[in-house]
Formats: sequence, C-alpha cells, structure tokens
Amino acid sequence: MRDFVTAYRRELIAAAVLAALLVFYLITHPRGASTYVLTIWANQCAILGLVAIAQFFAVVVRGIDLSVGAIMALTNVVGSHLLSGTGIDLAFGVIVVVATGAACGLLNGLLVVYGRIQPIVVTLSSASIFVGLALILRPTPGGRVNYDIADAMTLDLFGIPTALVLIAIIIFAFWLPFRRTGLGLGIYAVGSSQQAAFQSGMPVATIRLAAFTLAGVFAGLAGLFYTFVTTTGDAGIAPNFTLNSIAAVVLGGVLLRGGTGTLIGALIGAFILKTIASLMFFSGIPSLAQPLFEGLILAVAIAVGAADVLRSKHRLEVFGR
Amino acid sequence: MTTLVKPSQLPAWVNIESLLPYIGTILLIVGASFTFPQVLSIDYLSQQLQIAAFLGILAAGATLVILLGHIDLSVPWTLNGAAIVATAMAGSGNEILIACAIPAALLFGAVVGAINGLGVTILRIPSMVWTLAMNSILLGISVLNTGGFNPKGESSATMSWLASGTVASIPVAFLVWMTISTALALLMMRTGYGRYLRSIGFNERAVYLSGVSTKTVVTGAFMIAGVCSAFAGVMLAGYANQAYQSMGDPFLLPTIAAVVIGGTSILGGRGGLFGSIGGALFITILNSILSVMQISDAWRSIVFGVIILAMLLFQTLRKRG
Repeated sequence: MRDFVTAYRRELIAAAVLAALLVFYLITHPRGASTYVLTIWANQCAILGLVAIAQFFAVVVRGIDLSVGAIMALTNVVGSHLLSGTGIDLAFGVIVVVATGAACGLLNGLLVVYGRIQPIVVTLSSASIFVGLALILRPTPGGRVNYDIADAMTLDLFGIPTALVLIAIIIFAFWLPFRRTGLGLGIYAVGSSQQAAFQSGMPVATIRLAAFTLAGVFAGLAGLFYTFVTTTGDAGIAPNFTLNSIAAVVLGGVLLRGGTGTLIGALIGAFILKTIASLMFFSGIPSLAQPLFEGLILAVAIAVGAADVLRSKHRLEVFGR
Repeated sequence: MTTLVKPSQLPAWVNIESLLPYIGTILLIVGASFTFPQVLSIDYLSQQLQIAAFLGILAAGATLVILLGHIDLSVPWTLNGAAIVATAMAGSGNEILIACAIPAALLFGAVVGAINGLGVTILRIPSMVWTLAMNSILLGISVLNTGGFNPKGESSATMSWLASGTVASIPVAFLVWMTISTALALLMMRTGYGRYLRSIGFNERAVYLSGVSTKTVVTGAFMIAGVCSAFAGVMLAGYANQAYQSMGDPFLLPTIAAVVIGGTSILGGRGGLFGSIGGALFITILNSILSVMQISDAWRSIVFGVIILAMLLFQTLRKRG
C-alpha cells in the first residue's frame, strides 16, 4: 500500500483534486447532479482525455507531439464525410477514421526514428500538413453524422454516461493489460534511458515508432469522439487541443522528460482541466475574466506541482529534471 | 564546433547548415521568376525584406532561447501585449505617454521574459509548459483589458516609421532587424555571456559546476527573447497602424521553423543567428511566393510543412551519410 502511494503520488494527488472539483461542480451547477449534467461533463472531458492519452504516448518515450490537435482535426473532418451511413458503411467509416489517425502517427514516428529529426520539429511541421489536408477535405465546418451512433456514443447507458464507460473500457481492457506487455514496459524503458534500453537489446526504433503510432491512434479516437459529440467536421480545432493536451498530461503527473507517468494520470489531468473550465462557466466570474483565470489556474497548478524542487537538498539534483 | 580544421577562410558560423536557407531562398526566387518575372523586381524584394523583418526579429530572440535548449511559446501574446501597450499609449494624445510608448512596450516584453526565465530556472518547470501557461495568462489579461474587442489606440509616427519607413530606399524594418541580429550575434560570439549561454545548451550541469550563475544566464536569454517579441509587436502595430487580437498567433510556428531551418539544434548548443536570418528570409519568401501563385490556404499549409520537413531531413541525413 505504502509503495503504491509513493509510486503513484502524482496521480493520487491529481485524482483527489479532480474529485474535489467534480463535487464542487455538481453542487454549483444550477441543474444539480443529474445524469444529464454528468453526461455533458463526461463528453467534454472524454474528448480532451483522448487527446491527452495521445500526448501521453509521445511524451512517455521522451518525445512530444504537437500534431495531436491537427490529427484530431483531420480525423474529425474525415469522420464528417464517412460517418453518415449505416451498418457496414458506418463500421467502415469508423475504421478509416482511426486508421487515418494511425497513419498520421506512423508518419511522425518514421520521421522521428529514421529521419532523426527532433519530435517537436517533426510534429510542428506535420501538423501544418494535416491541417492543410483537413482544410482541403472541408474548407468550412459542416457535414453529417448518423445520429443513432452519435447518440449511442454520447448519451448514457443505464444512467452512466457512455463516455465514462468508454474511458473505463480503455483503462481496463487496453491500458492495464497493455502495461504488462513487452511494448508497455518498453515505452517506459526507452523513455527513461534510450541508451540503456538499446544496450539491453530492446528494439528501441520499433518501440518509439509504436508509441508515436499509438499517439496517432488515440488522436484519431479523439477526432472520432469529437465527431460524435458535435456531429460536424471542423478543420479549425487543432491549436486549442494541442496546447490543452500538453497542459493535461503535465497536470496529470506525466513528466515531459519521459519515462514517468501513466495513461490514467493523463486522463485525470484532462478531466481536471475541463472541469475547471466548466466550473468557471457557472461560477459567476465575468466571462471576459475567464481566460485569465484559466491561465492563472494552469500556471499555479504547474508551479505547485514543480515546487518540490525547492526542497531538494542537493543543488545538482535539480539539473536532472 | 564540429570541425576543428577549417577547410577555407570562412568564419565558423558560415557552414552548410546555416547556408542552406539562403540557398533555398535563392532557388525559390529564381524558380518563381520563370513564371512570375515580377519577383525579381527591386520593389518586390525590398518589400519582402521589410516583411521578413517581423519574423526575423522574433527568430533572433528565439535563437538565444533555443540555443539554451529551451523554447519560448509565449511569443504570440508577448508580441500582442506589447502591441496593445504601445498603441494604447501612442493613441492617448499625451505627449509624454506617446514618447514612452515604445520603451514601455519593450519593458513589458522584458518583464514577461523575466517571469518566463524565473519559472524555468527556479521552479525548473519545462519551458514548453511554463511559457505556454504564460501565453494563456497574457491572452487572458488582454481579453479582460480590451473586453474582447479590438484594442483602442493607434501607432505613433515612430512606430510607423520603424515598420514602413525607408532610409536610402532600404526598409527601416530590415535595418532594425539586421542591427538586432548583429548585436545579438556579437553578444553570442564576443562575450562571456554568449559562451555561457551556448555551453548551457550543451551541458547545464557542467556550466553550473564551473561557477557560472546559470539562472542569471537563462533568465537573461528569456528576457532578451521577450524584448525581441515586444519589438516585433511594436513594429507590427506600426505596420498595421493598430493592435488587434491574435495578431501574434500566426508567428509562433514560423519563428521556431525559421530558427530550426537555420541550422540551430532544438536541443541547444549548436547553431547561431546567421542561420536564423536565412531561415526567416526563406519562410517569408516561401509564403509570399505561395500566395503569388494564388494557391489555397490549405495547399499552402501542406507545401509549407513538406518543405520544412524536407529541409530538415536533408540536414540530418547529410550529417549521417
């Protein structure tokens, strides 16, 4: 138990903050705690949560993905073209949307691993390409989505928001088993020390490639879910989501130097960010002051998270961070 | 740094990496002149030098930060904030305030840079996250300040002259850019400060152990970058004769791209201002030629991304090959 608390200190603090925020949100919400309120909240959180997961996979291998928002925009636009059918057409559409995300992530990975360009620069440039493609496919927001599936994905299941069920599936059916696989351990090994991982005979190139592809897949899932929530395609959503995804992973205790943090932490970070934004909406703070408060809260949260550096006894220790 | 024996009499900062953007610029102009002969006219070229100055000044400041191995994502709203400060003071009608407009804007940039630097050095927050948070705080302040509308005020005569004036038919903006770049290049090459700065990009711990106050050096670099962003904001406001919301947003990615294309390593230590000048020229000319060709924003975005990736691939693969 003690080990668990020490190992997951950052996640536990973040989870406690989230719980407090959520209770506060439900109390202040004019319509009170109801499935309806929770569903809307969960949908917003799940979108950012999926992008944060994408960012997590890039960050954990000591990379960064500034194209997650762009991949999301592209997959959202692709979805708005392909998700209006039924049955097999719809299934095909979903697969193409996620595959688009995977292909974008793979491209990033190839350029990082074999092109030997720094991830930040690769994804900065590829984001420009993805947004361009999204704009070609849909110059102005629009499109149509099959309402049956959109409703099924964004309403509730026996009183529990579907978005939360989907998140639970990702955690229990994907993340927890995944972490025990070779790849799941490998991303941490590569993130902690690429050289040590290489010298232990790990396929470093493959692992980094897989991590960036997974980032693309989850950005694609975010785009897919965004399509279900908004039922339109919009090529202009990229910048906001990219920046928030970085803030979310940092809030969730994922260190940008790689090798630490969990997918669950990234999710919690995203949920915290969105809950704060929703709280602000009902808090009575003048709407013009809200961006400032969001920025301040973000800065304070990050500063508090970093404050234990001030306690470090050994001055040289701080340079490892 | 890499070659101890120089093959020719060229100074060390003229190498393939830093010359590549210049070669690219010339190829672009020559290539475009076949279809659009007007790009070879003096008017067109001097106009490009004027426009490149905004990006170039931003890139000059960003070069210092990137040489440290850090990054400044607060460029857009530092620029915007400085423009708002400058135009508000210049449009006030008060003689003293008008005279103080530009110094006040630059002071604003220095203060933002100092906060950036202190968060990065004292709290050891990754610059990517901290400057991002600063950017959203600045956005919040200016939204609150201007009420979401375009800020009131106008540029002073000096600001307009800096942006659009000419001296002996050379754009003043270009001269200002060259002055700033030369000054910073001399700072980097001829002073202890510059050497410390570059060394921190290689190994901060070693520089710290050599007795250098790394905090001062890093904070100083962020302040210089802040002042450069503010200066670009002042000039951009002079160019448009006003400040407007989100005027800095389109500059963030091109600034980083200009520095990186110029051969400065995003990991720090390697590179310099000479390359960044070429990078800013290349990106400006590329943008301009793409708009002369009247291709859509979407394709422009794609071509932009592909060309930057291609140049970076060329640089890294050449080193390895």
